[in-house]
Amino acid sequence: MGTFVQLLVNGLGKGAVYALLALGFVIIFKATEVVNFAHGSLVLVGGYVVFALKDTLGWVPAALLGIIGAALVALLVERVFLANARRADPNSLALLTIGLDVIITEEIVRRVGAAIPFIGDPYDAQPLQVAGITIFRTQAIALVVGAVLITAFLLAFRYSSWGVAMRAQAENKEAAALMGIRSSRVTATAWLVAGALAGVAVLFMATQDFSGAGLGRGTHAIALIAFPAAILGGLDSTAGAVVGGIVVGLTEALSAQYISFEFSKSAVFLVMLLVLVIRPSGLFGTKELSRV
Amino acid sequence: MSDTITEAPPSVPRPVAAPKKRNWIKIAATVLLVLFLVALPILTGSQVAYLKVAQYILIGTVGGIGLTLLVGQAGQLSLAHPFFLLVGAVSYAVLAGDPAESPGLVGLGFPPLLAVIGAVVICGLVGLAFAPVAGRLRGIYLGVASLSLVFLGLWLGQSLELFTGGTSSGRPPPTFELFGFAFSTTTPAPTIAGVPIQKQQRLWYLFLVFALGAYFLARGAINSRIGRSWRAVRDNEAAATAMGVNVARVKAGAFTISSAFAGLAGVMTALWLDLVKPDENEFTGNYSLTVAIAFLAIVIIGGLGSVPGAVVGAIVVYGLQQFFLLGANQFGWFADAQFGGLSAVILSAFVYGAAVVLVVLFEPGGAAAIGRRLTSRFTPRKER
Repeated sequence: MGTFVQLLVNGLGKGAVYALLALGFVIIFKATEVVNFAHGSLVLVGGYVVFALKDTLGWVPAALLGIIGAALVALLVERVFLANARRADPNSLALLTIGLDVIITEEIVRRVGAAIPFIGDPYDAQPLQVAGITIFRTQAIALVVGAVLITAFLLAFRYSSWGVAMRAQAENKEAAALMGIRSSRVTATAWLVAGALAGVAVLFMATQDFSGAGLGRGTHAIALIAFPAAILGGLDSTAGAVVGGIVVGLTEALSAQYISFEFSKSAVFLVMLLVLVIRPSGLFGTKELSRV
Repeated sequence: MSDTITEAPPSVPRPVAAPKKRNWIKIAATVLLVLFLVALPILTGSQVAYLKVAQYILIGTVGGIGLTLLVGQAGQLSLAHPFFLLVGAVSYAVLAGDPAESPGLVGLGFPPLLAVIGAVVICGLVGLAFAPVAGRLRGIYLGVASLSLVFLGLWLGQSLELFTGGTSSGRPPPTFELFGFAFSTTTPAPTIAGVPIQKQQRLWYLFLVFALGAYFLARGAINSRIGRSWRAVRDNEAAATAMGVNVARVKAGAFTISSAFAGLAGVMTALWLDLVKPDENEFTGNYSLTVAIAFLAIVIIGGLGSVPGAVVGAIVVYGLQQFFLLGANQFGWFADAQFGGLSAVILSAFVYGAAVVLVVLFEPGGAAAIGRRLTSRFTPRKER
């Protein structure tokens, strides 16, 4: 029983981080219909800023600057590359983000070099003892931070004028533009927010507790696990991203314990395949209709 | 009443099909290229390292052609190519493996030629097995779904050590043989123009035959009924159905054929490395996510759906990487790059990453569109 509770907290903590990443995918997809393959490299950018600054500035300022850095790079990607290729269709823009992902990732991996650092200094590798059960501190904090951020995001998405503008644009771009919604501003903020969420996620991902993989290609590959999370929930559903993230986190934690550690990542993808075979647009995604 | 004479209408001179003008420049260029490729082992002589680079490009070509058919012609995004490479490599090793030579591993001892064919067929069948999933999904959903095969391959490769040899040592692929002629180094080696034709030279010719076969098969498929049905499904599934195209079957067929190409590339990878070894993790290795992205880059740089484009893409992505590695080994390029420096792999990734970005921004048709524009400049316009 103790193990199970421990796994539950562990899985939910991971799930919260995946949900943050998946939300990033979903916001960008809703705003621009582009699937952002460069999300993993945004994660690395945030982590790299933290790694570079934490020894001189202290961890908290470095973490804040990391989040801002990831957000700014995301904004830069949108302003420099995507905004200038409006004529291209969303699919080729997705391919463009693959190219950017390769470049940014290689650059960060080169800069980090052999260090492959862990960046969760204040909480990493310091297990918590709660009622006789040992819990990873990283996952526990990730769960709290994730829950707060996701709630704040969903509330903003529902009630703030930015959220309304965003949903209007996702619904019908032309009509939204006619109502005076500035499409480029909505798109830019979507990327900014997605980048910031990636910057938060990396604070928990590049730790010994989360995966044992330091900042580097390993972290980049973990970010790919957020893809199944977003797809599983439905690419155009924010609630779906949260549910998908939690499903993925729990699947990974439980299968790593009860089947095998090597199998846990495959298990995530198998669960996703199962969902997709039954519901091809994910759990909460809009079904694609074709008019004949 | 006179007989109504149905007078034969004055015979209209039948439009004589204009004698098909052969594009002699193109034919001459093709012949020169093939001659160059055939003569390459003689040109490189004892510098076998250059030949290895060229062999690697051919691996990228065969795999790239398979992917461009699937992504460009049939419109199905797939990131599963490394998985089929792995299946192809392992199948070849298992089918042709001699149980006496590798104790503890499964080896069926088939003749190598049969094993290559078997590996390709197995890959095709595995691709077909994925069809129920592939047929239901579209676009990015299919792309991520296919990614699951890469993770599955990683896990299977690690756990089925009886077949794969495990991640620590792997297993040697059986030497390829054709009717008793071994593709390995022998002491009395035949020579062409003074250059002994040893293992690497022999493998080069083998790879060349594979690549040319793949090239012309793909061109044939594109120009025939199969290719037309792929494009119909890609452009509009509803319209294709209305035209009598069986969408599910066409999609499954495209996935099968693409997987078979990838399987052949996998066999070539095994022979090139002289090793079949599953990856240790999902992000570095010969069958990893990096390879999935690299193959997609080959296809994008070449132009989606273009077979000659895939060749160009393979030269840019696979060729440059090996070329830089060669430079690093032979001439000490990047010598100051210990850790955190500019290494060969990183530089080639920069180049192809930038190439992908530039292609999407400025020339969405890729190398194929550039080539088309160049040739139209040099050939006279047809009169209409």
